[in-house]
Amino acid sequence: MTHAISVTINGVTRQAVVEPRQTLVDFLRDQLALTGTHVGCEHGVCGACSVLLDGEPIRSCLMFAVQADGHAITTVEGLREDDGTLGILQDSFWETHALQCGYCTPGMLIAGQDLLARNPDPSDEEIREAIAGNLCRCTGYVQIVDAIRLAGARMRQSPEGSGAENGDD
Amino acid sequence: MTEQSARRFVSAKRRPKEDGRFITGAGHFVADINRPGMLHVALVTSPHPAARITTIDTSEAAALPGVVEILTGNVLAGEANPLANAVDTPGVKCYPLAVGVARYAGEWVAAVIAETRALAEDAAELVEVDYEPLDHVINAEEALEPTSPPVHAGHGSNILYRRTFTWGPVAEDFAGQPHELSFKLRWGRSAPVPVETFGVVAEWDTGTEILDVWASIQMPSYAEQIAGALRIPVNQVRAHYDVDVGGSYGVKRGIKHTVLAGFLARRLGRPIRLIEDRLENMVGGDMHGPDRHFNVAVAFDDDGLIRSMKLRVIEDVGGQTGRAPFQLGKPVSAIVGAYQINSVEYEAIAVSTNKTGQAAVRGFGMSPTNVAIETAVDKVATRLGLSRLEVRRRNFIRADQFPYLIPSGSEYDSGDYHTVFKMARDLAQFDVLLARRDAARREGKIAGIGIATCLEPGGGNSAFEPLLNPKNETTTWPESCVVKVDRTGGITATIATSTSGQGHETLAATIIGEELGIDPNDIRVVHSDTLSGMPGNTPVASRMAIMLGGAAAGAAKKIRDQAILIGAHNLGRTTDQVRYANGVVSAVDDPSQSLSLARIALISHREFHNMPPELTEPGMQAIHVLQVPKGGTLPTADGRVQMYPCYSFAAHIVYAEIDRLTGKVTLPDYCIAHDCGTVINPDIVRGMVIGGAAHGIGAALYEEFSYEPGGQLLSGTFVDYVMPSSHEIPDIKLAEHCTPSPLTSHGQKGVGEGGYLGAPAAVASAINDALSPFNIECLTLPMRASLLSDLLADQLAETES
Amino acid sequence: MKAAAFDYTRADTLDQVLELLSHGGDEARIIAGGQSLVAMMAMRLARPEHLIDINHVDALAGINTASDHVAIKACTRQAAAMASSAIKREVPLLAAALPLVGHIQTRNRGTIGGSLAHGDPTAEVLLAAVALGARLSLASIGGTRTLNIAEFSVGAMETAILDEECLTEIQFPKPPSALSIGVAVDEISPRAGDYAIIGAAAELGLAEDGSCGHIRLASSGASPVPVLCGPTMEALTGSRLGDSEIDDAVQLINPLLSPESDVQASAAYRRRVAPGMLARVIKMARDKAEIKRTEGRTS
Ligand SMILES: Cc1cc2nc3c(=O)[nH]c(=O)nc-3n(C[C@@H](O)[C@H](O)[C@H](O)COP(=O)(O)OP(=O)(O)OC[C@H]3O[C@@H](n4cnc5c(N)ncnc54)[C@H](O)[C@@H]3O)c2cc1C
Ligand code: FES
Ligand code: FES
Repeated sequence: MTHAISVTINGVTRQAVVEPRQTLVDFLRDQLALTGTHVGCEHGVCGACSVLLDGEPIRSCLMFAVQADGHAITTVEGLREDDGTLGILQDSFWETHALQCGYCTPGMLIAGQDLLARNPDPSDEEIREAIAGNLCRCTGYVQIVDAIRLAGARMRQSPEGSGAENGDD
Repeated sequence: MTEQSARRFVSAKRRPKEDGRFITGAGHFVADINRPGMLHVALVTSPHPAARITTIDTSEAAALPGVVEILTGNVLAGEANPLANAVDTPGVKCYPLAVGVARYAGEWVAAVIAETRALAEDAAELVEVDYEPLDHVINAEEALEPTSPPVHAGHGSNILYRRTFTWGPVAEDFAGQPHELSFKLRWGRSAPVPVETFGVVAEWDTGTEILDVWASIQMPSYAEQIAGALRIPVNQVRAHYDVDVGGSYGVKRGIKHTVLAGFLARRLGRPIRLIEDRLENMVGGDMHGPDRHFNVAVAFDDDGLIRSMKLRVIEDVGGQTGRAPFQLGKPVSAIVGAYQINSVEYEAIAVSTNKTGQAAVRGFGMSPTNVAIETAVDKVATRLGLSRLEVRRRNFIRADQFPYLIPSGSEYDSGDYHTVFKMARDLAQFDVLLARRDAARREGKIAGIGIATCLEPGGGNSAFEPLLNPKNETTTWPESCVVKVDRTGGITATIATSTSGQGHETLAATIIGEELGIDPNDIRVVHSDTLSGMPGNTPVASRMAIMLGGAAAGAAKKIRDQAILIGAHNLGRTTDQVRYANGVVSAVDDPSQSLSLARIALISHREFHNMPPELTEPGMQAIHVLQVPKGGTLPTADGRVQMYPCYSFAAHIVYAEIDRLTGKVTLPDYCIAHDCGTVINPDIVRGMVIGGAAHGIGAALYEEFSYEPGGQLLSGTFVDYVMPSSHEIPDIKLAEHCTPSPLTSHGQKGVGEGGYLGAPAAVASAINDALSPFNIECLTLPMRASLLSDLLADQLAETES
Repeated sequence: MKAAAFDYTRADTLDQVLELLSHGGDEARIIAGGQSLVAMMAMRLARPEHLIDINHVDALAGINTASDHVAIKACTRQAAAMASSAIKREVPLLAAALPLVGHIQTRNRGTIGGSLAHGDPTAEVLLAAVALGARLSLASIGGTRTLNIAEFSVGAMETAILDEECLTEIQFPKPPSALSIGVAVDEISPRAGDYAIIGAAAELGLAEDGSCGHIRLASSGASPVPVLCGPTMEALTGSRLGDSEIDDAVQLINPLLSPESDVQASAAYRRRVAPGMLARVIKMARDKAEIKRTEGRTS
């Protein structure tokens, strides 16, 4: 039996019909072609599939799409500023090269975004705790911690969260 | 070579080109590919480590709506060739699906193809396979015995490769030294386990008769191997290199997956998608890494100078062969590490067991071997009561000895190990660290300092292939780059490889930008496919900075030469009367007389009448295919060969504490000083070193594919296979030194592996320093908390009784 | 790793849940946070035919304080419980356990009841529940019964929940208010955020004279379900909680342990570390309680 659902994704409300067994991440990727969110394990450990559900980070492989009916989802595709420029955290990831292959990156950005929303001036230990549920095989995490620390500092400087600079220094 | 001071882009902090697409979710990974009519594959796997497959009943599964095909090994083997073996073992025949016999628990036995992945999984559960279990062997040392159950019956024994190399007067050197020590060491089976599993989409175009392949691949000779197994010409396989690879570190080989997908695409006439799920990847993906048993002996004098070394290695390659035995080869290229060891005996043994197959792993076998070498150095120091720093300093090859020929035939290009080692010591504030360790010990803590160095051979020509397989005469592993200038002066570079996080687009653009004086941000870099592309061998063996960098520089220089020719001609000057700088050709005597690259490009594309007579081809493009520096020779009969041209160096110093109760290890301080020659992009290099070290910490302390005696893998999920998180990896500090390589375009060397080559040895050193007051040692990796705690408890019990 | 097909109902009321469960048999299954269940379904280790989603049943979420306990509705998120000032104040041991449960992303979905119903033997919520002697309410269309944690948690991954029952509420007893309370939960796990290899929890209260007037202890990882460390509790009640007293008393749990070996640790390791971990949390809790006691005296 399929279910009709209505989900607000990155600010846009989408109607869809889903099979109950379709996970939220498969729905985003396969049905909506939002392939920015990645699948690393499908059993809840790697964090690559992290998205914001009503503003809170969750694993989208551990939720069925049908359960998202009526909820709001933010994916990595929704992290840009309203004017289309990179978000401060995205720009900071670029500035510190907080990634290599980019596979864990959407999940890391979601985790970092959530942390800075809750705590604009996190300690390194708090940053590490915030991303502890996201595995990265490439970076060894140090430059990711750098990026989130940098983004925090930048956000504190521009409290309205105005757009970051795009492109190269 | 541009002088360091004059460089604009090389070594400057610049944002990597690739990052922009990944921070916005705009990467293109294989799982993002959606072809019309695409079918999905799920695998039926063997529950037994060894079994004869008697019958496979697919009827119930095939009847499920949405199921298109169920393929078994017998059908496949009837129409395909076996997968290539690295070493010369014609009796070993492996196919993507087990044929007649299953050789490890989890091996693929049948493939189910259906309209969706979920349906394919539903049907896979309904395939009924009858097995007749056979005896199995899990332990490599047992597998060596002639009486052990044969994994590949056709081969006659489980030994796939065995040779003892003797380089130099080992017997004399051992006899002539006052001291000798020996030990055994165990490197447990781990692997890089990228966060993205392997995946492939294959599509057969009946019109062009080309098999298109999109895959998360990092594999030399990929198209050749696929074509060989599928019995089609290589020029019918088009592997696309513009697929972003979600991490590889060596393991993204996927030959069996691609052969299977390609076979099905041709058979069914529809695109086939085979993306491993995490269970398929961990259990049946044949991507486990080295699994080694070492015996090490060294002979040394009263000053701690190591004269000779004997190394015996048994590599447990599991139930598939592939390239795994070759991982015994790369260590030959730096078999003495950073030390002046006069002679070496190296016995290399590759043995089959009923475990998952192996793939190449970062460092291609060097990381485990480095633990063996560095442990030996620590032990020499301990035996003589000397400091571990001092023994290393005494044994290091000195800066004035380069190029330095090691006994196994490779010449190290350049280095300054004493300086880098001192930098590590200073960065770590070694004296403060010692005081801290001793204070911690006085408080009853178990604390230790780890010291390790490592060499990172880079840019190789795959000389381990002819070394380990005399039928293989490979003496080059070129890499290429094409640079094109369009008629508006826009520059596009084509590279013949996919990329898995190493920043090859940034590398090529930076070097081309440097050579042409053009902002790298304005240079576009695209990835070819295997039919339109140039010779290339993918980013294995820490080779791209050296090889792709050199190819890009070579192609850019050819463009510059063309520009100078056209510019001089149109300025009415000879070529030595003009100068090229920052995209402009100008007259030396009157710089106001100049032509921009855009103008010159337009001439070359459109105005043949303005072309100098030497240039007979319109357009501006150049290809450079780089031969490996110092490559081109086969090994000698006694197994000496120049394997890699460039040698990077790193020194790791780490402080560790072991919790007395739980055995839990913390690494509060971790310092690395390294020298990879000229740094092309500082942030990329930093990431490679730290990321590699983190990977090494995982292998040293946490990660293992463990098997129970019954042959079942116990760590086939991300819950049981423990990859370190941000809490397990410390804030690693770096210092950099630059000894340029004389062999490369800008003095660069490789850097993708060094962190991983040094960290396991350094962590092992720290643990053993911490355990030394208790008179115990741990020579088994991974050094899990429980293992360390059990060792301590046993020792305590012994001293009490 | 795709789940086998199933039907799905989003329930709005507890009655609806119970109704659905009553004809579902063992094929109907509640989904709460899904943080264990969905992973098991993906691996096809669980294959319910009908999922009953309780995430939208208002009556199953919330935290209420009573005189002697705090009642947490089963589908209260772990993150919500962790953020609750009532829980920090009134059930500090649970508050200390929650940060060790998974990660932010899993706690944002995972529930208190789901953790207990799942029954992993080293789950930290279960450890705290055993230490405190939590009581659990199970509802079915036939009515509601209340079990204590020892009756509820019957084995590794095994609970007393019947097919037709829904866990609705868990009551965590408050510590006695007259004493200076200290709590601690600690564990060794393969990686931070993982289930424990060995865990221990201690809640204790010091009387004004510094003697131990209240103590609740549990240990996990060396037994099929966490054990309440009765003999140690008895031995230490009334004592001054000196280090050596503690070190001796924790050895009394040995007869309660029945450890087994696995990939992460040997049985011998578990047997050795369990008492040590218990001693560690007792000392940590004692030190915290001691600070409170001295503060109480000076203020
Ligand atoms: C990466 C990761 C790390 C984790 N680490 C830890 C950890 O360190 N410690 C830890 O304790 N847990 C850990 N967990 C598991 C934890 O997150 C889960 O929250 C918990 O085990 C289950 O809670 P849930 O609400 O998600 O339940 P679900 O997954 O929805 O359900 C679990 C089981 O309980 C049943 N159930 C749920 N609610 C009820 C109810 N009200 N009545 C009857 N039956 C019910 C379900 O039918 C199912 O059988 C981890 C999970 C992940 C993915
Ligand atoms: S894919 Fe969801 S946590 Fe790994
Ligand atoms: S950047 Fe590759 S996994 Fe994190």
